[in-house]
Amino acid sequence: MTFLNHTQIRVIKNKAAKHVMLGLTLFSLLLVLIIGLSLYFKSVPILKLHSLWSLLSESNWRPFKGQFGFFPFIMGTLWVTGIAIVIATPLCILAGIYLSEYAHANVKRIVFPMIDILAGIPPVVYGVWGVLVVVPFIADKLAPHFVDYSSGYSVLAGGIVLAIMIIPLLISILFEIFAAIPKELRDASLSLGATNWQTIKFVIIRKSMPGILAALVLSISRAFGETIAVLMVCGNIPVLPKSVFDSGYPLPALIANNYGEMLSIPLYDSALMFAAFILFIIIVLFNTISRIILKRIEKKFAL
Amino acid sequence: MRKIEEQFFKVLMILATLIILSALFFIIVTVVKRGLPAMNWDMITKIPGGGFYIGKEGGLLNAIMGSIFIVIGSTFLGLLISVPIVIYCNIYLPEKSLLADVTRLASDVLFGIPSIVYGAFGFTLMVYMGLRTSLLGGIIAITLLIIPILIRSMDEVARLIPKELKEATLSLGATRYETIRVMLKQIAPGITTAILLSIGRAIGDAASVLFTAGYTDSIPTSLGQPAATLPLAIFFQLSSPIQEVQNRAYAAALILTFIVLVLSLAARFYSRKYSKNKI
Repeated sequence: MTFLNHTQIRVIKNKAAKHVMLGLTLFSLLLVLIIGLSLYFKSVPILKLHSLWSLLSESNWRPFKGQFGFFPFIMGTLWVTGIAIVIATPLCILAGIYLSEYAHANVKRIVFPMIDILAGIPPVVYGVWGVLVVVPFIADKLAPHFVDYSSGYSVLAGGIVLAIMIIPLLISILFEIFAAIPKELRDASLSLGATNWQTIKFVIIRKSMPGILAALVLSISRAFGETIAVLMVCGNIPVLPKSVFDSGYPLPALIANNYGEMLSIPLYDSALMFAAFILFIIIVLFNTISRIILKRIEKKFAL
Repeated sequence: MRKIEEQFFKVLMILATLIILSALFFIIVTVVKRGLPAMNWDMITKIPGGGFYIGKEGGLLNAIMGSIFIVIGSTFLGLLISVPIVIYCNIYLPEKSLLADVTRLASDVLFGIPSIVYGAFGFTLMVYMGLRTSLLGGIIAITLLIIPILIRSMDEVARLIPKELKEATLSLGATRYETIRVMLKQIAPGITTAILLSIGRAIGDAASVLFTAGYTDSIPTSLGQPAATLPLAIFFQLSSPIQEVQNRAYAAALILTFIVLVLSLAARFYSRKYSKNKI
């Protein structure tokens, strides 16, 4: 038995640490794959009985009779996400340009911490606000002008709450994109006699178009997966919403609402895991694409 | 004409910024207005009496303790996993490394995965391991949820460490493992910020603990028992027809908002303090 000298111990420690850390790093990479695969295997039973297309396109949701049509849930998700994006995008682009081009440093010093707080407020608190403020507002003030009756628990309520929830993410990415446009480009435009606004319109917005799109895709995928807040204000009726004042039932709400009973009905848990799998695939795809675009932009302007 | 157009859009931009800020103001006012009258000493010192959904007595201590246990457990586990990853990517791997880039992309993607999917995955994992809804299940799901936040915010700081510092320590004969101590000192404020951010996310998330930690009236005494959490205390009790029970939901919302407010301001304070002393 030989004794290791001090240097050898140090080298061994170094190597051991390296391998442990490499293992953990690979684990974090594999985690995406593991989550995807385990959700897929859980949804295999239902995919064996129904074709993918019929699951996605049929509207009948009667788990007791073995009918699983996801179309109303997909439409519910698309409605709330669409409304949220329509509300949030113009607000965030305008505010983002204001903050990066016009706002005084003191204004930024106040606004950014507030956006941080907005980002930190838990979804369930947004939900409370939706139930107490947005839902009654729609039921009493807004809907009577357009339709005979609305409970207020509607895709519009979900969209409004969701819009405010994605604003912090959207605005901070947009601000970074606008602020990353090189000063030389602005100076060139201004020196040609363009006004501040013309520079924004023709140089900054045009230059940041890919970034704006990537930011939108990222916010859409955030909105897709938001669960609790939307669940609290959407009404959760599995029919196709016909107007913005109708109730909807987005996919994440479906999963969250039914977990209690999902073990007693055959195929139900598989159906819910399939819903989670759809969400997972769409979100991973959207995220990967937009993150790669954003990284490219970051590198391009980082010179 | 050009002036008028510019003025018009400038007003529009300021208006948009004000709308966003007033939304925050509006939410906080709503929570405080409902939550403050509902707050009393019993809220934070007693567990609910006679069932959380119907009992009029008692408070939120079950949810407060449950949330604290889950946050402590998951932050500890999360750090145990994420700190070595950040160190590996920034100290062991060369500066331009494909593995480091892919790891960063993966943590961005993991960051985007919604908490309901982590909940569903955590639940699958628990069924596979033969666990019931429990404190341990909640800790596992929340750990998965916060790992990407921890990695991203620590990595951001670690990347700013000048490479001369690393080279200096290595040239003095230190192994990479021994360099870690120097590096950790450099990213310490970054770790603090990361922890504050992840606590904020961990304490407020409802969808991931819904399947995994469950809900209960009592305070868990072991890892195998279900645990109540503040967000679920809001979610379940808000829909109760009884006013006293609803009040518990409003009080929980106030507590949660207050915690998140403090965490978010503290995180900003720390990261600013750090950027001032950066070498």
